[in-house]
Amino acid sequence: MKPASFDYVRAKDVADAVKQLVSMPGDARPLAGGQSLGPMLNLRLARPKLLVDLCRIESLKAISNEGDAWRIGASVTHAQLEDRPLAGCEPIAQVARSIAYRSVRNRGTIGGSLAHADPAADWPLALSTLDSKVVIAGKAGQREIAAEQLMRSAFDAGLAEDEIIESIRVPKLSSGSAWGYYKFCRKTGEFPDAAAAVLLDPERRVARVFAGALDRPPQPLPAVARALAEGGAEAATPDLVGAAIDRAAPGLGPAARKLRATAVQRAIRNSLS
Amino acid sequence: VSEHGKPGQGVGARVPRKEDARHLHGRGQFVSDMILPGQREVAFLRSPVAHARLAGVRKPAGSPDSVFVRTDMPEIKAIVAPSTLPNFKISEQHPLAHGKVRFVGEPIAMCVGKTRAEAEDLAEQVQVDFEELPALVDAYGSKNNSSVLVHEEWPDNLFLTLSLDNGFDEMSKKADVVVKREIQLSRQAMVPMEGKVALAYWDDRANQLILYASTQTPHIVRVGISRFLGIPEEQVRVISPDVGGGFGYKCIVQPEELCVCWLALRYRRPFRYIEDRREHLVAGANSRQHHYTLTAYASDKGRLLALDAQVTIDGGAYSNWPFTIGLEPGQATGNLPGPYDFRGYRVRTHCVATNKPGFMPYRGVARTGVCFAMELMIDAIARAVGRDPYEVRLENLVRPDQMPYDNVAKKHYDSGDYPRALRMAMEKLDYPKWRERQKRGEPDGRLIGIGFASYCEQSAHGTSVFAAWGLPMIPGYDQATVKIVPGGGVEVRIGVHSHGQGMETTMAQLVHEVLGVEVARVQVVHGDTGTTPFSTGTYASRSIVMSGGAVVNACKALLPRLRKIGSFLLKTDEADVRTEKGSVAGPSGSVSYADIAEAWYLRPERLPLDVDRAGLEASVAFKPARDTGAFSYASHAMALAVDTETGQVEILDYVVVEDCGTLVNPMVVEGQALGGIAQGIGTALYEEQQYDANGQPSSSTFADYLIPGPTEIPDIRIFHLETPSPYTELGIKGMGEGGAIAPPAVIFNAVNNALTPFGVEVNETPLTPEKLLSALEKAKEQETPKREAA
Repeated sequence: MKPASFDYVRAKDVADAVKQLVSMPGDARPLAGGQSLGPMLNLRLARPKLLVDLCRIESLKAISNEGDAWRIGASVTHAQLEDRPLAGCEPIAQVARSIAYRSVRNRGTIGGSLAHADPAADWPLALSTLDSKVVIAGKAGQREIAAEQLMRSAFDAGLAEDEIIESIRVPKLSSGSAWGYYKFCRKTGEFPDAAAAVLLDPERRVARVFAGALDRPPQPLPAVARALAEGGAEAATPDLVGAAIDRAAPGLGPAARKLRATAVQRAIRNSLS
Repeated sequence: VSEHGKPGQGVGARVPRKEDARHLHGRGQFVSDMILPGQREVAFLRSPVAHARLAGVRKPAGSPDSVFVRTDMPEIKAIVAPSTLPNFKISEQHPLAHGKVRFVGEPIAMCVGKTRAEAEDLAEQVQVDFEELPALVDAYGSKNNSSVLVHEEWPDNLFLTLSLDNGFDEMSKKADVVVKREIQLSRQAMVPMEGKVALAYWDDRANQLILYASTQTPHIVRVGISRFLGIPEEQVRVISPDVGGGFGYKCIVQPEELCVCWLALRYRRPFRYIEDRREHLVAGANSRQHHYTLTAYASDKGRLLALDAQVTIDGGAYSNWPFTIGLEPGQATGNLPGPYDFRGYRVRTHCVATNKPGFMPYRGVARTGVCFAMELMIDAIARAVGRDPYEVRLENLVRPDQMPYDNVAKKHYDSGDYPRALRMAMEKLDYPKWRERQKRGEPDGRLIGIGFASYCEQSAHGTSVFAAWGLPMIPGYDQATVKIVPGGGVEVRIGVHSHGQGMETTMAQLVHEVLGVEVARVQVVHGDTGTTPFSTGTYASRSIVMSGGAVVNACKALLPRLRKIGSFLLKTDEADVRTEKGSVAGPSGSVSYADIAEAWYLRPERLPLDVDRAGLEASVAFKPARDTGAFSYASHAMALAVDTETGQVEILDYVVVEDCGTLVNPMVVEGQALGGIAQGIGTALYEEQQYDANGQPSSSTFADYLIPGPTEIPDIRIFHLETPSPYTELGIKGMGEGGAIAPPAVIFNAVNNALTPFGVEVNETPLTPEKLLSALEKAKEQETPKREAA
């Protein structure tokens, strides 16, 4: 399959990108790393008349230390995050390393992944669990939203046609924090069938557990987080985790439910080691 | 991988493949790399529905020379692939759908553009009115449905039914235990790296239609193009350059090839079609799907006495040319008994038409299915009689003192020591070590499973076997031409095609074995009907036996001619010279083949007056003394771990002991085994095209259709036995398919061994984590673990 014909412009800066997107309402699409949009174009599932390439916008490629947080530009690739550990945000490099294959990571971007809003993708789950904020630019200016609020439903990041993601702000963890991440992939590099992330940062009074790779956005499991914070790993019993999965994703069959509960338990286990 | 091999460059040496350099450097020549002046690209509009009448097809305005439907090309005959098997029903496959579409992906219109994208734009503008019909997606349902017919001229949906009963009643009576199982395999695509391709043009100088195609069988494609397009065969030349994997997908005449050739004939310019991955997965999911209901009758020790089998093969919509839909049921019926010695067999095999792509022969042809079914039964029998599956398997194998052995389905096993391969696999795996570890339990809670599978693989079966199936093409003699060129190098021309088999190397090794010429000085020419002798091509693990046998004999034919000229140049008696290392040597010295070739081609005044005027070139036709096949065989053994919390399986050790007769190049044999095993692991654990009730396939990209990648293939340890075939040249047996045969069987046996404490048995490919978890969750609901691992 080859794409239907489209025009292509390379945006100079964020304002230019927004202007280009507004120029063809409904028919323009931002292009980041293209690792999902590319195949969709080839399969003619996406048929924009104009592609607005964001990859040359310098401001979107920056990574900056803001004291209590790191700010990551939306066009930073997974590979760059894999190769550059961010002090206090070590989970970022760890998650980046597990995304697909290196060839995908060389091009795919953190902002592109959030905007594509695949519920099985790593960044929506990891950044939600890390309590990150997403900065969005549009013709009305900037807005900020919690990563866990971004995805409205599968493949819908709630972005207006004139909006692009500018950056992601990831709070730094305390030295005593614990991070656990687990995903179950049928083969290396594939999207997972089940995924979960755990963040315990008692110093900052943070305890967050999310289940990902559902048919909906990553879901918080507050009961599991509370049990972990108050009673440690033993408190997160299989029954408690199973019940949390039932609330987060009702109606799963026995095998699917078991796999998702396993993912949560293994993320907890990984947070201990 | 072993170090097994002989020194030097001849038969048995681990000579590195000559073809690797160009492929590793990205310098292979595939049809997709070719661009000819004025070339146009072709795309097909394919049916989005599985079963419908075509009420109307409307082309976009102004496209009389760029959009084509069936009625535009009356010159092309429908593909009809009959067989003389009893009750065989004939399907008519038109190059573009005619009247009806019978599967999702069937081509309806052909569109031409300057680029593929332009051609696809046109395809989108073609409007088709479908009168949808109920889709037949389940072979069982289809078999008994006579109100909805895939082919309306048939009374039912059965391509054919094969039956056989040999001693069943007599032997089954003696049984102490009866074991019944249902076993099935999913529908698969073959997924070569390169799909179908066709680039055709008319060559005015040669007065020929030139077709560049990715095919295993250029000479047979030439026959097919000539017949279905109605042009004389001498006006067709088929060239198959580098081919990115065949596996059976490329041993037939493709409708798309006919269409592109038709364009070239009509417009006299180059046209090219390249199948993309989506087309391949949707329109090319056409293999492996078998269903078995098996009842085994055994003694209380697990000795198999009789087998009752009902086999249902989901044949899809059309019979392919030239192998026909009959090949798969024929091979399933005859090969189900496997390497086992038993004397009661009753089988009924149905091949059913459904609204899916037509079944095609895929590496292993039916034997992956029958091996899976039979090997699961052997383990089920062992569990039923409370014995070790290894012991039961060993006791049921045909013994070396029974060779040659005619099995209960009249297959003639030529040679081998089947029990020895199994014993050796058990030892190499270190079975007792794994049993001990299994008993001890894993620190991470995973369950250890140990499995075995044995099979024999009919290779290079020839005239008598294919004639019994009555195909449109029966292989006979394969020809090879060997020529010593000026300078003393050798040109070998073979009609088969090498696309991963390493024949550019192994054929050169055969030449070296007979003529002593360095492998580097042997040029193997293949893949072009204009420059090679006729062969039915590369399939059925036949090339090294058939074309290889012809090459050996052609080389032998040159020996006396070389000695004649050589002795004359040495001024000695012909009886006193011998050939060695690329020269003719006598008591007083030696002359090189280069000197002899110089005399023959350029300095005829040096030749003896009575020189053999056939010169330094020989064309020889060959087939083995007995053409019922040389049977390779192997035992696979493995240990794996099952994660009962995720359903994931990890292979911890994988051992192969194989015997393909005389080894020409152990490294090539090992490469073939590894590639086949990778595909077999795909069959076992990953690959599946599912269909919904409307016949819509579930997978159209690699996101949904999973194939194993490098990290999913474990280290595989391969060991060799060498029992020469009594029937073939040098005792060589074919082995190209074997690797793909046993992996599903050995993996499922190991998993079932691991799951024994849960009373859970799996018997349906692919073994997805979902399926495994479901089975375990279901078992947990029913009862707690009841016994220890067997």
